[in-house]
Amino acid sequence: MMHSLLVEGFGVQNWTYVLVGITFTLYIGIAIWARAGSTNEFYVAGGGVSPLANGMATAADWMSAASFISMAGIISFDGYDGAVYLMGWTGGYVLLALLLAPYLRKFGKFTVPDFIGDRYYSNTARLVGVICALIVSFTYVAGQMRGVGLVFSRFLEVDINTGVVIGMVIVLFYAVLGGMKGITYTQVAQYCVLIFAFMVPAIFISIQMTGNPIPQLGFGSQLADGSGTYLLDKLDGLSTDLGFNQYTEGSKSTIDVFAITLALMVGTAGLPHVIVRFFTVKKVKDARKSAGLALLLIVILYTAAPAVAVFARTNMIETVSNQPYANMPEWFKKWETTGLIVFNDKNNDGIINYVANETNNELVVDKDIMVLANPEIAQLPDWVIALVAAGALAAALSTAAGLLLVISASVSHDLIKKMINPNISEKGELIAARLAAVVAVCVAGYFGINPPGFVAATVALAFGLAAASFFPAIILGIFYKKMNKEGAIAGMVVGILSMLFYMTKFKFGWFGGGTKANWWFGISPEGFGTVAMIINFIVSLVIMKFTPEPPQNVQDIVEHIRIPSGAGKATH
Amino acid sequence: MTEKDNAKAYWKENIRYVLILLAIWFLVSFAAGILFKEELNSIKIGGFKLGFWFAQQGSMYVFVVLIFVYVRLMNKLDKKYGYDA
Repeated sequence: MMHSLLVEGFGVQNWTYVLVGITFTLYIGIAIWARAGSTNEFYVAGGGVSPLANGMATAADWMSAASFISMAGIISFDGYDGAVYLMGWTGGYVLLALLLAPYLRKFGKFTVPDFIGDRYYSNTARLVGVICALIVSFTYVAGQMRGVGLVFSRFLEVDINTGVVIGMVIVLFYAVLGGMKGITYTQVAQYCVLIFAFMVPAIFISIQMTGNPIPQLGFGSQLADGSGTYLLDKLDGLSTDLGFNQYTEGSKSTIDVFAITLALMVGTAGLPHVIVRFFTVKKVKDARKSAGLALLLIVILYTAAPAVAVFARTNMIETVSNQPYANMPEWFKKWETTGLIVFNDKNNDGIINYVANETNNELVVDKDIMVLANPEIAQLPDWVIALVAAGALAAALSTAAGLLLVISASVSHDLIKKMINPNISEKGELIAARLAAVVAVCVAGYFGINPPGFVAATVALAFGLAAASFFPAIILGIFYKKMNKEGAIAGMVVGILSMLFYMTKFKFGWFGGGTKANWWFGISPEGFGTVAMIINFIVSLVIMKFTPEPPQNVQDIVEHIRIPSGAGKATH
Repeated sequence: MTEKDNAKAYWKENIRYVLILLAIWFLVSFAAGILFKEELNSIKIGGFKLGFWFAQQGSMYVFVVLIFVYVRLMNKLDKKYGYDA
């Protein structure tokens, strides 16, 4: 033991135990300090969160395992096309800040279905809202639990299911105890952990490859080897040599890139767990500022991700392409045991033949491992590799907790308090909220351990659903006084159904199935949220023309929320 | 001016700001990063082709600036119409 310590240093695994241990202790400590005593604290953290804290919490809430682990990996394989995620998942905040957050804060309720139900003076509308919120949130949370399991299994070498259970217990502890208040302050800490963990290796590698310490500039710089070649030109060359498209060109059609980007933007602005964060600040003014700060903090990671993608892609191709399998470094073998790197020596020459042509290609690399493996590929110190594991866990846990809160609030507040038993006491509602959170964690854990095959497909579905349902209903609710319940309900129902129809048709082969060639207007299921959103808007407006206008008091509410002053505490 | 007219005038100015800012939002992302990417790609800044840069970097920086400009404009507008209490 002593011997190996001296030879190998402290080791990645020990570093991971230490860093994960420290961060988890921190989260639990914060949860105990910030536990919720009232429904107001449980749902919206008492409404007194500062814009900066809320911005950090929103950023951590928003940046999930998908942003931290998967996104740079996807970009590194898709090249230019990866921009749909970059623009889509940040551009939505502009819509959020300019069109939604200030007004929803002024409205002063706890949840998104609350707004839908009150603005459209209808419990049917509220129920449609609850169903959408539940579907969107469950889809997401299952993916987060899977991310937790992946990190644990690779870095701590425990069973992936044990990893999921550990994650469940941690989230359960602070979400159930702390509610929104506990979650908010743990998310602040998690933001710090995840951004540090993402940026440190990015900066190291940027210096290594280009000599420029700022990754956002580094990937547009010349190589550090003095050759005078730009990194991106080199990667374009490497890619075409192996038969791939040029990295900076991509392969999706323009209309599809357009549709996916818009669907992700609008979906982002319609996601309940993001919107609800803006109910926690004090004033309308703070809601606007907080959206700006959240995006600034998100963009630090989002602009570094495409740089990481380029570094990782270049390093990976150079390490594996046309090299003898026997010479592969340790990380390669370790990922092979998880099944996320698969080498199949088709021509038995012992050399790794990594090319675009599928019949000759011998290597399959899962996109999800690029960020996690990147520091190892670049031979960074052990503590940096361990830091990435801690950061990935912070990203997954913070998002999971935010989603669980939306689920529990939908059940205890929107379903029980507003529809089933309006006489429930505050204490009773708080117990119901905590029980709902416990059930939600267990369901999420179940899906994390037994992931349904459609998880990846349904993440896009979640955005499409939010785009097709909530976004038009909320926008029309704020900007069009005469929009009535008939129009909004019809719009949401038709919007969701058309989205579900298209997704199930092309993803699961229902309704006769179909291939890429059959896509309507060449738009993929991921981009169809844009079309479904337009359908929602049209249906809402047409139905509205033929049905009675909303009562005067509702129209007065709309005028009232357009004025920023006098936003009180969020209420029932 | 009655309270109602005041609110109306405030709303009108707000909408004008929003439309202008959203036009820029559209230009940097959908126009520069997607629709006119090929044309812009013929221009190179350092190692970046310009269309590629807008899609993977520039649009995001502009998004952040847009929100902070909106915050400033609205804070001023709130004051002008007496809604900053």
